[in-house]
Amino acid sequence: MTQQTPSKRVAQGFGRQRYTWLDAALLAAAVLTFFFGEYYLALAAMVVLMIIFALSLDLAQGYGGIETLGHAAFFGTGAYAAALYALHVSSEPISGLLVGAAVAALVGLLSGFAILRTHGLTQLMLTLAVATLLYELANVMKSVTNGDDGLTGYDISPVLGLFDFDIYGKTAFVYSCVVLLVIYALLKRLVNSAIGLTAQGIRENRVRMRMLGVPVERRLWLLYTLSAAVAGVAGALSAQINRIVGLDTLMFMMSANVVVMLALGGLGRLYGAFLGAIIFVVLSDRAAAVDPTNWLAVLGVVLILVVRYAPQGVSGWLVNLGRKRRSS
Amino acid sequence: MNPVLELQGLSKQFGQLKVTQNVNLSLHPGARHALIGPNGAGKSTLVHQITGLLKPSAGKVLLGGQDVTGLTPEKRVKLGLARTFQINSLFNNLTVAENIGLALQAREGMDGYLMRDITHDSALMDEAAVLLESLSLLDLAHRNIVELAYGQRRMIEIALALALKPRVLLLDEPVAGVPSTEGSRLFDLLERLPAEVATLVIEHDMDLVFRFAKRITVLVEGAVLVEDDVQAVRTDPRVRAVYLGERHDHAA
Repeated sequence: MTQQTPSKRVAQGFGRQRYTWLDAALLAAAVLTFFFGEYYLALAAMVVLMIIFALSLDLAQGYGGIETLGHAAFFGTGAYAAALYALHVSSEPISGLLVGAAVAALVGLLSGFAILRTHGLTQLMLTLAVATLLYELANVMKSVTNGDDGLTGYDISPVLGLFDFDIYGKTAFVYSCVVLLVIYALLKRLVNSAIGLTAQGIRENRVRMRMLGVPVERRLWLLYTLSAAVAGVAGALSAQINRIVGLDTLMFMMSANVVVMLALGGLGRLYGAFLGAIIFVVLSDRAAAVDPTNWLAVLGVVLILVVRYAPQGVSGWLVNLGRKRRSS
Repeated sequence: MNPVLELQGLSKQFGQLKVTQNVNLSLHPGARHALIGPNGAGKSTLVHQITGLLKPSAGKVLLGGQDVTGLTPEKRVKLGLARTFQINSLFNNLTVAENIGLALQAREGMDGYLMRDITHDSALMDEAAVLLESLSLLDLAHRNIVELAYGQRRMIEIALALALKPRVLLLDEPVAGVPSTEGSRLFDLLERLPAEVATLVIEHDMDLVFRFAKRITVLVEGAVLVEDDVQAVRTDPRVRAVYLGERHDHAA
């Protein structure tokens, strides 16, 4: 190792999420999909918005250690907010995303007040309760949400007034990718900043954080609200590119799926969201094409294998692989 | 000089069980005070009341003259109170540098920053480097806590509290479980604590108590039995009877 000043060595002792070859590979995959995967663009857009959703969960669960089985609450809220905004206010897409983020953040802020005072199983149940309440609310308020039929009939204007949403899904895919890119860059900055370390500290040892003078609940509240906003963006994006918002966006299945995605991909390093969402969505699609009745079993088996042989998810497994290669 | 930590008639009762009985204690800047007492004397309960994890049934806790009895633990920390834990309470899957960094950014009120981190703050990085170097842990800055030996973790435990630059430091059995070969390092560290910090050490190890403390409070059944300087406590027949006598093998 080269000669370094002591303070440099301390600074290098801080773990950071850097941009790596994996980012280049993912970007290349997106470009290749755009040019050569035209039949899969709809599926690819679905992957992209699930990545955003999983990123939001990683912020809350992977970094902050908040246990949740109700993250769909924010995805669904963002989706309904964006659809209602398009229907009643403006069909402009980017402001629609911001509205989705803002309303979801508000739900995160309010529910976080109750949820973040608790831990573990209680916390898990409360997140579930919040999502279920919102689901039932959307179900009952048929005049606003259209209930079971789903909210449709809204239009989305061209992005920036230039790029019209086409039937092949080209604009939708590129639009989603750009939104992902912006969110990813912001989150990378966020987890490398002081609050990112604070979140990990709270995850690791809440009591000690308090004894370092950190207002733990307030920090978690902020993190949860930000996470909700990002999930809201994912939901809003889904509303805009699918042109329909159904109750499924608020369903337990939605919350559970994203937890499985993150478990597959690995917690607390952002890449887990990418790898997990890609594996989950593509595998579901392929398995369902091969065996339309038993396809879920494939996912189950993969999840068992990952949990057994790569408990830190696929991204954790990759990191360990890289470490081994460097040290040998 | 005014005391930086003061307990006034502190009492705590769980139903009929009196675990703290009218405890008075003053620590002035630079104090080296030991709190001893047999198991079950109520030492931990007292510490919890000082840090704010437990509310006293009666009496007051004052920090720097300010009544903090109603304040949360984190607010008391902001007023200059730091503690270490009897059982290491660290951030095990984070690096040594990050552990110290958490304390520094909390002290500086930077722990909620969204877009900035402390690795670009050269003054804080220098401070962390000096702290780690004084503990001979600089080479391990990039290691996770789980990779460290027990004695080294014990040092980090104290370093986290020191990084807060406290006015009052509570050391809860700082040498508990440390093998004697590593113990001397820890003793050195304790002897080099910043002179002006008022330190209260809760300890079973009589070697450490007699070496480190200038005054000793002996707690028995939640009440203060004796408070005096080291020599007086050492020779006090009551103390020998209730405490030192029982555990003669530990006595110096």
